[in-house]
Amino acid sequence: MLEGILVGLSTAFSISNLLMVIGGCLIGTFIGMLPGLGPMSIIAIMIPVAISIGDPSAALILLAGVYYGAIFGGSTSSILINAPGVASTVATSFDGYPLARQGKAGKALTVAAIASFCGGTIGAILLMIFAPALASVALLFHSAEYFALMVVGLSAIAAFAGTGQVAKALLMTFVGLMMATVGEGALFNMPRFTMGVMDLQSGFGFITLAMAMFALPEAIYLVLDPSRSNSDTGGEIKDLRITKAEAKSIAPVIGRQSIQGFLIGVLPGAGATIASFLGYAVERNIAPKEEQEQFGKGSIKGLAAPESANNAACTGSFVPLLTLGIPGSGTTAILLGALIALNVSPGPRLMIDQPEIFWAVIISMYVGNVILLILNLPLIPYIAKVLAVPRTFLIPFILFFTLMGAYIGQNNATELLILVGLGVAATVLRFADYPLAPLLIGFILGSMLEDNFARSMQLYDGIGFILERPMTMGLLGLASLLVILPSYRARRARLRAEGVADAD
Amino acid sequence: MALDRWIALIILMISLVYGYTAFFTMDGGLPPFMQRNPIWPSTFPKMLSVLTIVSALIILLGIEKSDDEIKPSEINYRRLTEYKLGQALMLLGLMVVYALLLRPIGFLAATFGFLVLGSAILGERRYGVLALVAALAAGIVWYLVQQVLGIFLSPWPTFFAVGG
Repeated sequence: MLEGILVGLSTAFSISNLLMVIGGCLIGTFIGMLPGLGPMSIIAIMIPVAISIGDPSAALILLAGVYYGAIFGGSTSSILINAPGVASTVATSFDGYPLARQGKAGKALTVAAIASFCGGTIGAILLMIFAPALASVALLFHSAEYFALMVVGLSAIAAFAGTGQVAKALLMTFVGLMMATVGEGALFNMPRFTMGVMDLQSGFGFITLAMAMFALPEAIYLVLDPSRSNSDTGGEIKDLRITKAEAKSIAPVIGRQSIQGFLIGVLPGAGATIASFLGYAVERNIAPKEEQEQFGKGSIKGLAAPESANNAACTGSFVPLLTLGIPGSGTTAILLGALIALNVSPGPRLMIDQPEIFWAVIISMYVGNVILLILNLPLIPYIAKVLAVPRTFLIPFILFFTLMGAYIGQNNATELLILVGLGVAATVLRFADYPLAPLLIGFILGSMLEDNFARSMQLYDGIGFILERPMTMGLLGLASLLVILPSYRARRARLRAEGVADAD
Repeated sequence: MALDRWIALIILMISLVYGYTAFFTMDGGLPPFMQRNPIWPSTFPKMLSVLTIVSALIILLGIEKSDDEIKPSEINYRRLTEYKLGQALMLLGLMVVYALLLRPIGFLAATFGFLVLGSAILGERRYGVLALVAALAAGIVWYLVQQVLGIFLSPWPTFFAVGG
C-alpha cells in the first residue's frame, strides 16, 4: 500500500496534474453557483474535455476537482439566496440562509468552506484506509435495507423539521412522495397520475421543485416585507472569522458527520443527499436542548453538519466505484462512463493492475480539498457581497435565476409555468407554517424509495422481506420511534405545563 | 377555520382523488403478466394515499395540538393587504409572461424585458443603470449557457431564426 501511495503522490504532484485540480475546482465552483447545474450536469459537460486529455489519471483528477468544486459552489447559492441548486445542499440552506439573513453570510461561508474541507479530507483518509474492506460491507446492504434506510431518513426529517408539529411535517413528506410518483417510474414503464398532461410524462423536475419550495417563496417574502432584506446590517459583511468557542463547538460535529457521511456515501445509492439530511437530523437530535432551538434559525452546528457530511459522502461514493466498479450515485455513474471511455475498467483489479490511477485519484482528493480552501477563503468577502446588491436589483435577479435553473434542465417553457404555480402554493403553505423541506426531501427520495421497495417485494414475493431481514426490521423500528417520540415528548411537556400530574 | 386546516382539507381532497385513482382506475389497463407480480404500479400509491389521508385528518380534526403563536419575523397572512401584495402579484404575473414569451420573442429580449420591468415594479427609477445591467446580464448569461456550456437557448425572436 505504501508503495502505491508513493506512486500516487508522484503522479498527483506533477505540475500538469496540479493544474488540472486547480482548474477543475475553479470551474466546478463557478458553474456550481448557478442554480440548476449540479455536479452531475457539470461533470457530464466536462467529460469531452477530460477524455481529450487522454491520460486517465489526469482526466479523473480533473473530474474529481470539478465534483468537489461544484458541491462547494452549490452551498454558496444555498447560503446566500436560499436557492439550493443540488439536492445535497438542501440541508445546507436550513441554517446557512438564516445566518446570511442575520448579516453573518461571511461566517456562514467560512464555516461551510471549513466543514467541507474537513469532511472531504477525513473522507479521503478513510477512503485510503478502508476502501477494500468497506466494499464488501456495502454489498451486505440489499434493496430491503435501502428501503428501510430511506424510511429512517424521511422520518428523521419529519420528526425534526417543525418543533411539535410532526403531523404537518409528515403530511408534507407524504405530499412529496406523492409528487414523486407522477410520471413514468423506472420499474414500471407506464405513466402514472399525469392527468393526460404531456409535460408531466417525465414527472416534476427536481430543480423546478427545489426552486419553487425555497427560492421563490423567499423572494416573494422579500417583496412582501421590504424590512426583511438587508435586515439591520445594511448588507455589511461582518464576523468573517470564527471565534474559538464556535470552533470548539463545531469540531465534534464535523468529526462525527465526516465519519457518518463517509459511511453513508459508501453505500451505493445512498449518497451525499441522504448523508446531509441524516447528518442534520442526527446533530439536531443529540444537541443540548437550548442549542436544539437554534437549529433552523442559524445554528453553525446545523450548517457544519450537512456540509461535512455531504463532502465526506462524495468521497465515500468513490469506494464502490473504484473497488467494485459499481457507481453509487448519478455522478459516479457518469464518472464510470468517463473511465470506460478512457480504457480503464474499475473493479477489484484496479488497485493491483493500475495502482497509479487508484492512488493518484485519492491523493488528488487531498490536494483538491486544500486548493478549494485556499481559493475560497479569500474569495468569501467578495462572494458575500452579493447580498449588498440593492433589493430592486437583487430580487429580479433571484427570480430570473430560478427561472433559468428550471429552464436549462428541461428546455421546456411549460416547466416555468409549473414553477410559478408550485411557488405560489409553497408560499401559501409557508404562510400556514407548514415546513417545506420534508416535501422536497420526500420528492427526492420518493423514486429511490419506491424502486427499492418494489425490488424487495419482487425478490421476496411479498411484504415478507420486512420479517425476513433483521436489519430492515431494526431500521423500520427506529423510524417509527423517531416519529412517535417527539409528539409523545411534546404531549408530556404540554400536560406538565397545564399542571396535570403525569405518572413516571 | 385557520389556514393550516384549510390546506389540510385541500390536501385531503387531492389525496382522495389520488387514492381513488390508485385503488380503482389505475389497474384496469394492467397487462396480465404484470398482474402476477407481487408489486403493481399502484401498490406504493395505495399505501401513500392511506398515509396521507390519515395525517391530513389528524391536522384537520386538530388531534395534534399546536401552539398558535405567530412568530414575529414571519408574515402574518391575516393582514396580507398591509404588505406589498401588489408588487408580489405583479412580479408573479411577470414570471408567467416571461414563461409564455421566452420562446416566441427569444431569450435576449425576454430576459432584458423581465429584468427591467421587474426592477421597475420594485421601485427602481435609475433607468439608465437598469438598462445597462439588464442588457449585460442577459448577454453574459446567454453567452455562458449557449457558447460555454453548449446548452441551446434561442437568442432571437422566432421569425429571425431560420428553422430555429
